[in-house]
Amino acid sequence: MADLHPDNPYAPDRFPDRNKPVVFPPEAKKKFDYILTRYPTKEASLLPTLHLVQEVWGWISPEAVLYVGELLDLSPATVFGVVSFYNMYNQKPVGKYHLQVCTNLSCMVRRAYDIYDHLCDKLDVQPGATTKDGQYTVVEVECLGSCGTAPVVQVNNEYHENMDVTKMDALLAELK
Amino acid sequence: MDQIKVLLANIDKPNSTSIDVYLDGGGYKAVEKALKMTRDEVTQLVKDSEMRGRGGAGFPTGMKWSFVPKNAPKPTWLLCNADESEPGTFKDRVIMEKDPHLLIEGMIISAYAIGSNPMAYIYIRGEFYYGATVLDKALDEARAKGYLGKNILGSGFDFDITVARGAGAYICGEETGLIESVEGHRGQPRVKPPFPAVIGVFGGPTVVNNVETLACVPLIINNGAEWFKSFGTPKNTGPKLYCVSGSVRKPGVYEFPMGINLKELIYDHCGGILGDRKLKAVIPGGASAPMLKPDEIDLPLNFDAVQKAGSMLGSAGIIVLDDSVCIVDAVWRLAKFFAHESCGQCTPCREGTNWLESVLDRIERGEGRPQDADLLLSMSDNIGGKSLCALGDAAIGPVISSVKKFRDEFMYHIEHKACLPETVRYRRLDRAVAAH
Ligand SMILES: Cc1cc2nc3c(=O)[nH]c(=O)nc-3n(C[C@H](O)[C@H](O)[C@H](O)COP(=O)(O)O)c2cc1C
Ligand code: SF4
Ligand code: FES
Repeated sequence: MADLHPDNPYAPDRFPDRNKPVVFPPEAKKKFDYILTRYPTKEASLLPTLHLVQEVWGWISPEAVLYVGELLDLSPATVFGVVSFYNMYNQKPVGKYHLQVCTNLSCMVRRAYDIYDHLCDKLDVQPGATTKDGQYTVVEVECLGSCGTAPVVQVNNEYHENMDVTKMDALLAELK
Repeated sequence: MDQIKVLLANIDKPNSTSIDVYLDGGGYKAVEKALKMTRDEVTQLVKDSEMRGRGGAGFPTGMKWSFVPKNAPKPTWLLCNADESEPGTFKDRVIMEKDPHLLIEGMIISAYAIGSNPMAYIYIRGEFYYGATVLDKALDEARAKGYLGKNILGSGFDFDITVARGAGAYICGEETGLIESVEGHRGQPRVKPPFPAVIGVFGGPTVVNNVETLACVPLIINNGAEWFKSFGTPKNTGPKLYCVSGSVRKPGVYEFPMGINLKELIYDHCGGILGDRKLKAVIPGGASAPMLKPDEIDLPLNFDAVQKAGSMLGSAGIIVLDDSVCIVDAVWRLAKFFAHESCGQCTPCREGTNWLESVLDRIERGEGRPQDADLLLSMSDNIGGKSLCALGDAAIGPVISSVKKFRDEFMYHIEHKACLPETVRYRRLDRAVAAH
């Protein structure tokens, strides 16, 4: 579809490659089976299953959308509709370190945009994009529920609070 | 008024998240007591306490519980709203990360009172990964000690809790959006009625309560309704958590009896304005709440008083802005948030929030037109009350209040194509803003 409509921003990047199906590794499959026992319907397991997909592969590929659909008896369109609705599901691969800078009001007035600008400049990367070496993705995110310790930068699953440009540089040096 | 440590009594103890520490401090006594009462007695006690929900709307909790029909054809559900995504709000996180057993105990009692089926969910925002791990561990401990599972303390009541992680959508904090999300759908709010108390998650009667609300329940059971009412004033009772952020010296979560004076909170407890600058505006209840000017902040922070002042207590997320902040830029940032978070179901909200953001951005960039201030008001008028859920109304709160209260500053931008000289640039205007 993307080929037919090159300018359509709503078209998914590409069709899934049916020759390269994905399957959960055994540990993840065990977790998936446990998830199913916690909800009264299969469909309700969709969000936790997508989190699991992301834990395993780092993003939710078109192939993973097909796979999850089969696991939960849902159409790929239903699964993709959910993936694209929620911010945290990565529809493209992200860097090893996903640098998520909160710029909402309480962080903004504590100079969060300085950190964000600094990261974009220093890593020479456009907002939302990943560095060429695949190490870092820089994005601006909405309030992280940690405004009392603003500004806040979330790196993968971890919060870094009371940040500033100097501390950000020190943190970057640790993230290799 | 002095700070209190009631809801937050445990958080400074070493190892505060462990069940042994919680039990040492008298934990799970309220479950023992409640399970010996009848369901109706528990609900009546919560009604008598006059507690109002801490999630935003301030709806009386006991009354909400009593709307659940008995003998409904489908099972009844309890959902804990731990989405905490309202900008300026960070109180539920403290309870979950520092005292998870208080929430669990509150949920057991609440589930018992509403006749919940044996499973409940804590819907926690996906970004609170650490909080979710703390809760999972606490749930395991509670199961091992027999406070969760089959036949709790020999009462015949079966109950368990699952942590359900959200995935980054503010709208899933709205109760019917939350219900949709728990069912595995996009978090798009439902038309009410039917209200969740009648038809909610998985087709059954459902009670959605905020973390702080549920955490108050064990305190009420242990100490009684009169004790709870001794904090605050009639109809605005209980201990309350206030989140203060922005341009104050000592931001953080503060606990007071409901109704601490806003001015006193900012100047006496939070150390006043950062860098000795002048106060410019206060948002008293999270991003959705209309702004107050400095001459309007001498008021008690309770549901009724803040509403009377033309704003709302909401989630008690108090954002303080000093005079270095450009009001247009601040409101633009909030408008951008609402445009990003609109679920897209209703045209006025989906399109309108984007237009609010665009017009505020052009004013900030010095490209505003003379009629833009009125344009913002008329656009707001076309969103408010014309969309399905309260997000539409929330989005216009900061816009209308700022245009009305800071009209001169808006006009200054439009006439001089610049911000007020005393303000500081908090963002570069040449940086591309990611689309949403
Ligand atoms: C757009 C929107 C976002 C909301 N976000 C939250 C939230 O993050 N946490 C919360 O507890 N309530 C939130 N609410 C309020 C809930 O709809 C609901 O009123 C609340 O969870 C009820 O709990 P309570 O009775 O204990 O206050 C939100 C409401 C709206 C309209
Ligand atoms: S008002 Fe906005 S957020 Fe609420 S249902 Fe409509 S489009 Fe969605
Ligand atoms: S505004 Fe950044 S954490 Fe709330």
